[in-house]
Amino acid sequence: MTRVLIVGNGPSAHRLAETLTSRGFTGSVTILGEEPRGAYDRVALTTHLTEGRDLAYPDVPGVTTVIGTRVVSIEPAAKTVNGSIPYDVLVLATGSAPFVPPVPGRDLDGCHVYRTIDDLDAIRASAATATAGVVVGGGLLGLEAADALRGLGLETHIVEMSPWLMPRQVDEGGGAVLKKHVESLGLTVHVKSGVTRIEGEGRVTGLLTPDAGVIDAQVVVFSAGIRPRDELARGAGLQVGERGGIVVDDGMRTSDPSILAIGECALHDGQIYGLVAPCMTMAEVAADRIMGGTAAFTGADLSTKLKLLGVEVAQFGAMAGALDVTYLDPVAGVYKKLFVSDDASTLLGGICVGDASPYATLRSFVGAELPAAPSDLLFSPTAVELPGDAPVCSCNNVTKNDVTAAIKENDLTDVAGVKACTRAGTTCGSCLPLLKKILTESGVDTGTGLCEHFAHSRAELFTIVQVRGITTFTQLIDEHGTGRGCDICKPVVASILASLHNGHVLEGEQAALQDTNDHFLANLQKNGTYSIVPRIPGGEITPEKLIVIGEVARDFGLYTKITGGQRIDLFGARVEELPRIWRRLVDAGFESGHAYGKALRTVKSCVGSTWCRYGVQDSVTLAIDLELRYRGLRSPHKLKSAVSGCARECAEARSKDFGIIATEKGWNLYVGGNGGFTPRHADLLVQDVDTATLIRTIDRFLMFYIRTADRLQRTAAWLENLDGGLDRLRQIIVDDALGICADLDAQMAAHVATYADEWRATLDDPVKLRRFVSFVNAPGTPDPSIAFTTERDQIKPEILQVMSR
Amino acid sequence: MTMTPLRTPVLEPVWEAVCPLTDLLPERGACALIGGEQVAVFRTHDGSLYAIGNQDPFSGAYILSRGIVGTRNGEPTVASPMHKQVFSLTSGACLDDPGTVIPTFPIRVTMGMVEVSVK
Ligand code: SRM
Ligand SMILES: Cc1cc2nc3c(=O)[nH]c(=O)nc-3n(C[C@H](O)[C@H](O)[C@H](O)COP(=O)(O)OP(=O)(O)OC[C@H]3O[C@@H](n4cnc5c(N)ncnc54)[C@H](O)[C@@H]3O)c2cc1C
Ligand code: SF4
Ligand code: FES
Repeated sequence: MTRVLIVGNGPSAHRLAETLTSRGFTGSVTILGEEPRGAYDRVALTTHLTEGRDLAYPDVPGVTTVIGTRVVSIEPAAKTVNGSIPYDVLVLATGSAPFVPPVPGRDLDGCHVYRTIDDLDAIRASAATATAGVVVGGGLLGLEAADALRGLGLETHIVEMSPWLMPRQVDEGGGAVLKKHVESLGLTVHVKSGVTRIEGEGRVTGLLTPDAGVIDAQVVVFSAGIRPRDELARGAGLQVGERGGIVVDDGMRTSDPSILAIGECALHDGQIYGLVAPCMTMAEVAADRIMGGTAAFTGADLSTKLKLLGVEVAQFGAMAGALDVTYLDPVAGVYKKLFVSDDASTLLGGICVGDASPYATLRSFVGAELPAAPSDLLFSPTAVELPGDAPVCSCNNVTKNDVTAAIKENDLTDVAGVKACTRAGTTCGSCLPLLKKILTESGVDTGTGLCEHFAHSRAELFTIVQVRGITTFTQLIDEHGTGRGCDICKPVVASILASLHNGHVLEGEQAALQDTNDHFLANLQKNGTYSIVPRIPGGEITPEKLIVIGEVARDFGLYTKITGGQRIDLFGARVEELPRIWRRLVDAGFESGHAYGKALRTVKSCVGSTWCRYGVQDSVTLAIDLELRYRGLRSPHKLKSAVSGCARECAEARSKDFGIIATEKGWNLYVGGNGGFTPRHADLLVQDVDTATLIRTIDRFLMFYIRTADRLQRTAAWLENLDGGLDRLRQIIVDDALGICADLDAQMAAHVATYADEWRATLDDPVKLRRFVSFVNAPGTPDPSIAFTTERDQIKPEILQVMSR
Repeated sequence: MTMTPLRTPVLEPVWEAVCPLTDLLPERGACALIGGEQVAVFRTHDGSLYAIGNQDPFSGAYILSRGIVGTRNGEPTVASPMHKQVFSLTSGACLDDPGTVIPTFPIRVTMGMVEVSVK
């Protein structure tokens, strides 16, 4: 069995492991990475700061990954690393490190580089005690770092040696337009400027430049280029380039045939690639070679398209040519330039700043005959039909022919299908518009259909169900769809039926539509157990009820945690235990908290005027009233709310789908807030209204949202996509511009009148209870795969064995 | 030396009763424990029966019987309730990750009882 050992756990290493596994490699694959976490998407690094996004790549099944371990030596003769870890094939994927110019003071507190999640966390910590920051280097990464500093609230400077920003991607004209954009955002740009010294004692206080004097700053980020991490290779006597980089051949082999190098540490044909796409190609070539193939890496396209500081910048092909055609709009800040051959027939390259729309199409024509007059191409590139061999996705080496063939062979109907079959569009995403275009060219309607079974959007289905009075999935799919549904359309239809008819979600055929969470009225956990969240309206709870929760948790041995939604979650229940647990909770007066449903979750509250010396209204009573009013309301996505007793906003109401803040005169209602993946502050819809008006407005807001939103669209995204935005929403639900308010009111009244606790109803129904077993043929037997260990005196699921292929 | 007649061994399926057919809700799975093996059994809308392994190969959890049943291009499927990969009920192949295949088992109805063979 071949043992493949990969050093470094960046994007290249991950792609290599993934390719080996997906091609059925039968040897063992081990990755040693020095960072304290698994592989993650470094390209999207900045979103870790700006959106707190989780960048982790999915684990590759069957691969052993060791994190937090640095490889310090290779013993090529013994075929080991670190003196003892054996390999048959060693792959160096050590990437590169930021170059820090050797200026005095570069080690002071507050000096950083911009490469890893840890770097960004450290920058965030420094920024907390800073007012200004400087980025050294005005290239692609420098601008990204500058934007991050700006986002952290710092007055930000950029110091760049060259006469203009991003000298590797744009020419002087483009650089000038780019600088204007950057400056209009409030950043200060110093071009043709170096760094003499970093000032400060212990902590940075400023940066001395040769001509601009001292720039006051407490944070400095170096982004002055990268250097391949070839130190291991050097130590092992492998051949490295004069200016660094591990020399590899077309098969990614180093000077030792058992050692390959891929990604940013590899030097191929005199070139180091600092972009992710070539790194991925190298990883795929290496995988093929390890499995005995003959794939070759023959260089890569260095085209780039990015959006930095809200400005689109793109460069493709050559950055010079015999002739060029330029378009400049200094007012709008748009600069586009095409380079063409001396007979004006062949496209050589191009640069775009401020509007990169020509990029996706024109990049494919580099080296080919121009499909239209250059000036037309600068304006309406999308009208041009792509040639078949045009590269569409450069990150994953996919041509238009590949995409067209995949669409035909697999009857693909959407971009998601193309992504799954060809990998195009799964890396930087800049080719997604092209994929859509090719789908359309292939005669596929990329409309708003939910999935292969329904050509309708969720809002259209809602109207169909309502107008036609449809009550079952079978009727709906027979009359308006095809096939028998899937995990996308079934829960959507279940939710629509529940919103409109409000019957029990496990009644009759509806039971088969529910996602596993709704089906067991509990949340599935990673080991196949479930969690239980009783409703605690407004977060208010009596000591007696707290004791019951404690007793139930103790008696059933459940892991107990206070949630972020002001209630208590009990984890680790087996399916067959759920009814007994809920029997005890229901008897003590608890009901379902719908933590499992696309439904109202919690209405959080602050303590309000009853106790708080600042409170101006009783926020707890309102929160409880609202939670009881809207509990059980099924919706396109979950709904959250909060009520604060004064403008101090201790309940964080503005991060909720509907949030209420008390005023001296009544209530302010904010809508469309969101925490989560893309946080958004809610917008003020109505001001200083009394309680009755408030509730009527919320009723209509919720019902209008339920009618018209897409599947899994929170109110924040819905409101942002609503034609006419907040003003239109106000016209519709406050001024009744569409004449539908009476309908919306009646629908909500029906919901409130027919609400019943799902768990109580389930416990009272022997038929519904029958599903709560691990095994139909052995109802008393617990699932033997479920096991726990102990951590801090509570249970914790034992890690499950994942099948390897 | 005596000659024993040569018999080619034929692997006869060994049928295990699982539950009455009426206990299987259309388009909703159930799990059976047969000789230590967890088998997810399904009854689709047209009345066909299918049996596949209950373990989700991606998460390792034994939960496929709790997924949503449907079709993809006409092929009967179940989606893992953990991370939604879709598996063919006829072949056990993961339609979202070609190469991953889970076991399938013979299934039949005898006198109203659903029976599965894991041998
Ligand atoms: C338990 C809890 C974490 C905790 O221990 O505190 C939690 C746990 C889960 N959250 Fe959450 N969220 C919890 C509060 C939150 C909050 C904070 C809040 O509500 O004040 C947020 C941000 C606020 C927001 O939603 O705008 C939050 C944003 C999310 C998101 C991202 C939503 C988004 O719009 O981006 C998801 C994913 C989703 O829903 O698609 C999610 C999904 C989940 C799921 C359902 C994931 C899953 O499918 O397994 C977790 C299952 C809970 C379980 O098994 O019981 N959870 N989650 C919190 C339960 C609150 C409650 O009492 O109901
Ligand atoms: C902020 C930022 C934005 C970017 N944006 C883009 C973009 O928009 N488009 C684009 O194409 N590219 C972009 N890139 C570049 C892209 O991230 C890299 O091309 C890519 O990460 C290279 O992958 P790699 O696996 O070769 O190296 P790396 O990502 O550097 O991974 C190497 C890993 O190996 C580890 N390692 C090194 N030595 C050892 C050792 N001795 N033992 C154990 N582990 C070791 C390192 O800690 C690291 O985790 C960006 C980079 C950054 C930093
Ligand atoms: S929001 Fe106002 S009323 Fe409520 S607890 Fe905070 S300070 Fe008190
Ligand atoms: S070009 Fe980057 S994902 Fe296609």
